Amino acid sequence: MTATTAEDSREDRKRRVRGTAAVRHPDRKGRSPIFDAPTPHGLFFRYLALIIVLLISIGPMLWELSTSLKSKAEDVYTQNIQLLPHHPTLGNYGEVQNTIPVWHFALNSLTVAVINVTGNVIGATLAGYVLARLKFKGRKLLLGVFVATLILPAEVTIISKFQMITSMGLGNSILGVCLPDMIAMTNVLLMRNAFMALPREVEEAAIIDGANVLQRMRYVGLPSVKGVLSVISIFAFIGAWDDFLWPLLVLQSPDKLTLTVGLSYLNGQWSHDPRTIAAGTMMALLPILALFLILQRYFFRGVAQGAIKG
Amino acid sequence: MRSHRFYTPWLLMLPALVWLGLFSVWPAINTVTLSFTNVHQLTGGHFIGLKNYWLLWHDPHIRDAVLNTIVFMVICVPLLTLLPLLLALLVQRNIRGIAFFRTAFYFPVIASAVTVALIWKWMLDDRGLFNNLLQTMGFVHKTVPFLTDRWLLLLSAIALTVWKGLGYYMLLYMSALGSVRRDLHEAAAVDGAGTVRRFWSITVPGVRGTMILISVLIAVNAMRVFSELYILGGATGGVGGQDVSIVMLVQQAASGSDGRLGYASAISVFLFFLTAIPLLFLTRLNKNSQEES
Repeated sequence: MTATTAEDSREDRKRRVRGTAAVRHPDRKGRSPIFDAPTPHGLFFRYLALIIVLLISIGPMLWELSTSLKSKAEDVYTQNIQLLPHHPTLGNYGEVQNTIPVWHFALNSLTVAVINVTGNVIGATLAGYVLARLKFKGRKLLLGVFVATLILPAEVTIISKFQMITSMGLGNSILGVCLPDMIAMTNVLLMRNAFMALPREVEEAAIIDGANVLQRMRYVGLPSVKGVLSVISIFAFIGAWDDFLWPLLVLQSPDKLTLTVGLSYLNGQWSHDPRTIAAGTMMALLPILALFLILQRYFFRGVAQGAIKG
Repeated sequence: MRSHRFYTPWLLMLPALVWLGLFSVWPAINTVTLSFTNVHQLTGGHFIGLKNYWLLWHDPHIRDAVLNTIVFMVICVPLLTLLPLLLALLVQRNIRGIAFFRTAFYFPVIASAVTVALIWKWMLDDRGLFNNLLQTMGFVHKTVPFLTDRWLLLLSAIALTVWKGLGYYMLLYMSALGSVRRDLHEAAAVDGAGTVRRFWSITVPGVRGTMILISVLIAVNAMRVFSELYILGGATGGVGGQDVSIVMLVQQAASGSDGRLGYASAISVFLFFLTAIPLLFLTRLNKNSQEES
């Protein structure tokens, strides 16, 4: 996170415009309410705590990575715990390829994720803008319906969606996996909140200049909601890549699975070697972590602008 | 001056409206309708009244699932309400390298439940890392059956859920902490209040609203558990089949060559009413605090 003070005060102004309670003062930002005076002593314990939590959060992943790199000759079950493999090998990754069509699965997951991002960005932007900036009959009622859907957990309606997808003839297809989540109601509401922050006057000026709705959305609205939009895209991608229950229900034939479902079959049914399973796990984990690392700046900045998913 | 034509809003909202109707409103209605039928995936079905609910009431698996859900909630809610707050305080200050720590703490959230469950499954294996560590250090002399014992498996899934949730709720707290008043902290420090005292008397009341929201979220998410138990214990819920969640039962009923969609829908409706309890609690609480102020 490389937020500068200038950016912070801009966010502050936005918050004040929106009238949220969480007004952050630039001078307060980043200062802990508890550990205040930066004594060397306090700093030492702070870093110690940070490193302990770091080990807890990524230690398991490192252990899995290490297992995936251990050769067949190395005993992975030994009580003599070895974090670094003696003779690191990529052989287990080849083994995954021989056991399951892993690249095919990855391509399926990627397809679902890309379609999901595209659908959500377009659908949620259009609807969010309309709900926030245009006056029309029935707006309040419609907004109420959108909000009401939030109390429905996805799992509750999954059976009915499954029946619908099957009756559309999309059972056991990647399109069937994509379709229901292509526009999520949460994202529509997040985009609406983001567009609400825009000052009225700017838009009125654009109307007087003769800009139509699409032009106003594109040139007046969008530039100020980039942060929220990027968080929505990141979440949509991760959500699709990580989803398990829905593709598990929809997809049956082994050649059409997504990565998560393929992995669940690899584990125990197609392979019993922990090294192979670890390699498969890494092939699903590393791409999404890498993507997040690249985009984390936009993610945390967008979150600071109020794009938090509840 | 007219800003737009009367049909423009509807035209622009068309995609979202189609999805709202097709994949939100209609499935909600249809789930209830289906729950009163014995519809199967292939053979169809007809109205059977409340029979599915009667079956559900007498299904021993449902009892196991509800019990597991309650255990899940009782452990997850306090842990995931408190630990992420401490974590948020830890990463709040902009010290050198803090962005790296924040990002790394968020990694378990980014990873799919399936991959992290597979990672944990390997660590919790009879001959895996945890058992080896425990035995080398001399804490235990026998293998700990993390993945085969009815309660240990459930506790393992809970530990995994807490581990995966830390970063997520940390992020929610981070924005809330910005509004905790700093002058109160300073005043209290001058008056001699220690770190712990200030945490409970100033920080916690300052983030009270977020805290309530988060605990409701945790409770609802505990009811929706699926992948963690499915991967750790297998599709049928552990060795004795007792480590099932409600969503696992929905999936079990609906899958197979001729899934019982009617019964699966009845379980779904039951799940909805369960998740509504914490949400109702939340709206009640919000209403009360509004009346106070």
